[in-house]
Amino acid sequence: MLRIENLSAAYGEAQVLRDVSLQVATGEVVTLVGRNGAGKSTLLRCVMGLHAGQRGTVELDGRDITRLPAHRRARLGLGWVPDDRGSYATLSVTENLTLPPAVGPQPWSLERVYEAFPALYARRDSAATMLSGGEQQMLALARVLRMGARLMLCDEPTEGLSPLLVQQVGEILRQAKQHGVTVLLVEQNLHFATGVADRHYLLAEGRVVEALDNSEVRSRERELLSYLGI
Amino acid sequence: MSGFLQHTFNGLVGGAFYALLALGLAVIFGMLRVVNFAHGAFYMLGAFGAYVLLTEVGVPFWGALVIVPAALGLLGMALERAFIHRLTRLDPLYNFLFTFGLTLILQDLVRSRYGVQSSPYTTPAGLQGSVDFGLFTFPTYRVFVLGFAILACLGVWWLLTHTRIGMVVRAATERPELTRAFGIDVGRWVTPVFGFGIALAGAAGVLAAPMRAVNPLMGADLIIVVFAVVVIGGLGSIFGSVAAGFGIGLIQAWGEAYLSETAPILAQTLVFIVMAVVLLWRPAGLFGREEAPA
Repeated sequence: MLRIENLSAAYGEAQVLRDVSLQVATGEVVTLVGRNGAGKSTLLRCVMGLHAGQRGTVELDGRDITRLPAHRRARLGLGWVPDDRGSYATLSVTENLTLPPAVGPQPWSLERVYEAFPALYARRDSAATMLSGGEQQMLALARVLRMGARLMLCDEPTEGLSPLLVQQVGEILRQAKQHGVTVLLVEQNLHFATGVADRHYLLAEGRVVEALDNSEVRSRERELLSYLGI
Repeated sequence: MSGFLQHTFNGLVGGAFYALLALGLAVIFGMLRVVNFAHGAFYMLGAFGAYVLLTEVGVPFWGALVIVPAALGLLGMALERAFIHRLTRLDPLYNFLFTFGLTLILQDLVRSRYGVQSSPYTTPAGLQGSVDFGLFTFPTYRVFVLGFAILACLGVWWLLTHTRIGMVVRAATERPELTRAFGIDVGRWVTPVFGFGIALAGAAGVLAAPMRAVNPLMGADLIIVVFAVVVIGGLGSIFGSVAAGFGIGLIQAWGEAYLSETAPILAQTLVFIVMAVVLLWRPAGLFGREEAPA
């Protein structure tokens, strides 16, 4: 579904990604793991079309989208779950959910979103930034489900959440996968990653250094954790 | 007491112009991050548009109130497409210089054709005379101006809070990049929003024609205070600009009424003293939010 070929990106003089190539098949959940500054978030931003000055190719379903602006990519079914949760202070919870147009073959109705997320329903008229961190994370995920996104790009959705909420995020992603949604996930929490994902790419200094499956991550957990500096 | 009410009403009418102009500036700044220094020139063009339509074409006030804002809105959209759009990616200084230069060009174009003398514009039929409010009477036309401005502000507020376009404008104002990532072509909305802000300035200009001197510098005199209003209300805050617009109108009218004999200099500078105090107390303005770190 997603194919990245020789992708390089820089912030000014600083090279952040170097010749990254990877693929994600339809219905797969794939994580990007690596230290802070390894280029994981930049990679997601490149896929979403939010990073100016990149080289290489990004293909979605065999179509070259490297030159498409972000809003056109969203309309092809890319769902953006940013690391800061992307809550709008000037929009209510309902407006946050309905801002993106429905793009995919299976957009959720607002009723369905609120059935699945009763906490959001209870705060539906509040400004989104008044929600707790966990609620804002649910909102960010619910928003791309409502769009009907086919490929979710999630930047550390479990960061700063309590173990119970981390479980909930995992449940949401597993359900999305069951409905055929593909997920590319930046994640530091290896335990969480092996629980929801099929495969993993280890990034270091802007390069993909290893492709790992779940059993490899589990058996090398200690080594990987110390490598990640956690 | 009746004197005080009279001054208060005068202040609200003066504030109505500030509110309409500040509202347009706020919408434009929110969406484009451009401080439109030419806003006063478009206000002036609005008044001249009404004057020219009446004296050279015979179109009455009501026709001008529709035609002039629409035409200026279109002109604004053309200027945004042709120039401002190309400069927004550069340092904000470029658009500052561009809109400032545009002001000088527009002012001198009008001056070379009509001179600096003020041109008279008669109060439209149906709005002449005055309204008796019991304790005081007030010119009918000014009552109309106040009503029009209040309705316009409420209309813009409703548009922003109750329509999908308004929601998109709010989202794009708050977080343009994120909004693009949600499938919304933010760039497509920039030009109409700019045109809309200019149309509001044009409407204010048409409203000003029957009660203020129509001359090429009328916008330059007014816009200084409008910038103070926008800063006091909070740059980019819609509610703040309207509230500060009416508030400054009141302060000015009271200052002129009660201070101009005892302390004339204080009466003239009152607005800027208020601005300085507000900025010391709340640097982002009364209703402005501190810019979120990028």
